[in-house]
Amino acid sequence: MWRVGIVRALHDETASARTLTLDVPDWPGHVAGQHVDVRLTAPDGYSAARSYSIASEPNPEKRLEITVERLPDGEVSPYLTQQLIVGDQLEIRGPIGGWFVWRPEQAEPIQLIAGGSGIVPLMAMIRSRASAVSSAPFRLLYSVREHGAVFYREELRRLTDRGVVHITYAFTRAVPQDWPLPTVRINADIIANATWPATLSPTCYVCGPTSFVENASRLLTVSGHRAQEIRTERFGPTRDR
Amino acid sequence: MPIISRGFSGRRGAEGVQLPPGQYVTTDFPVLSAGPTPNVPLDQWEFVIDHGASVLKRWNWKSFRDLPTERFTTDIHCVTRWSKLGTSWEGVSLDTILAEVDSADRYAMVRSYGGYTTNVPLEDLKSHQAWVAFRFEGQDLEPEHGGPARLLVPHLYFWKSAKWVRGITLVPQDKPGYWESNGYHLYGDPWREQRYSGE
Repeated sequence: MWRVGIVRALHDETASARTLTLDVPDWPGHVAGQHVDVRLTAPDGYSAARSYSIASEPNPEKRLEITVERLPDGEVSPYLTQQLIVGDQLEIRGPIGGWFVWRPEQAEPIQLIAGGSGIVPLMAMIRSRASAVSSAPFRLLYSVREHGAVFYREELRRLTDRGVVHITYAFTRAVPQDWPLPTVRINADIIANATWPATLSPTCYVCGPTSFVENASRLLTVSGHRAQEIRTERFGPTRDR
Repeated sequence: MPIISRGFSGRRGAEGVQLPPGQYVTTDFPVLSAGPTPNVPLDQWEFVIDHGASVLKRWNWKSFRDLPTERFTTDIHCVTRWSKLGTSWEGVSLDTILAEVDSADRYAMVRSYGGYTTNVPLEDLKSHQAWVAFRFEGQDLEPEHGGPARLLVPHLYFWKSAKWVRGITLVPQDKPGYWESNGYHLYGDPWREQRYSGE
């Protein structure tokens, strides 16, 4: 069943990623971590649909946010990030997915690990944690190209100040000025120093490109986390981009 | 009536390519898994067909690889909307495997290393429609794509083609497997666009 979403706001997260805020009047509600299908239709009836993770927390206003990274050879993402304007309507199906989700009744420690735009469904979890009555201890390890490629930068800083989440950044291509560490890819040392230990039995959510998720989830397994406590969401081509 | 997207023309697929509704062609091979990739050494690998309580047939890697194999080329369709055309595989036909067991059950619960399950009617595993595949494009199947061996049921959405397959439990009634319990369709025919439960 396709629902109609009305574009209420557009916000550039980075040079290549834009957040769309939609009102979906008959939205049935969602859980943090789920995704939606978005469908575009040309005047002659040709249509194309893609899946996008939901960035917004569950909310009573039937507001839905997705953050779309523009793929250079994409069919739908260039339209959503460059042509769409406030007031346009989009067709939405969902919410979809019942496994890669965080619910406020989960009290155990939560370890989030994001690679690039894999932050999006994890941001929904952090926002859900912030808006719900929850004291679940959240940590985020966010691997990202450079400072300018960080999504939700100011909001994440505020959420850190409020004690909602503890964040460690791993910059893979360039570090900010005065950053004490070199560029790095997630490795066993980082997992040991910047994530909840396996002894606390955290639920781990790992999202990013396939090679990133393969590496991070393998490192978690090696450091003692049980496979059942590691939930993954992979996207993009199998080769490193 | 769908809503027309102002200014959208889209990137049309090549003429003559038959795709299920709502799919687009990719040349990559994306990966969808719920958890870490399990490491399955070949000397510990086994494939078991059971009835629940009793084992009907068991193969280790060597006896499995002694079975006759087939090479085949097929299109695959993922519920996340990508389709990959003309993929080539090598594997053992489920017709060969199921010929070694005798059962009146009509449904299969396919089991994987890592705990994943998916349900498929037995009829859909027969008549040259399904394989346990171990080579992709001439190479040993990589772990992230399901190696050492995965089920391949290409006429259904690709989540039915369970990675790291370790066996099949024959059951009298159809019950949802892993993704089917998490919002996806019980059967999953891409040509009828059976993506999500309740459709």
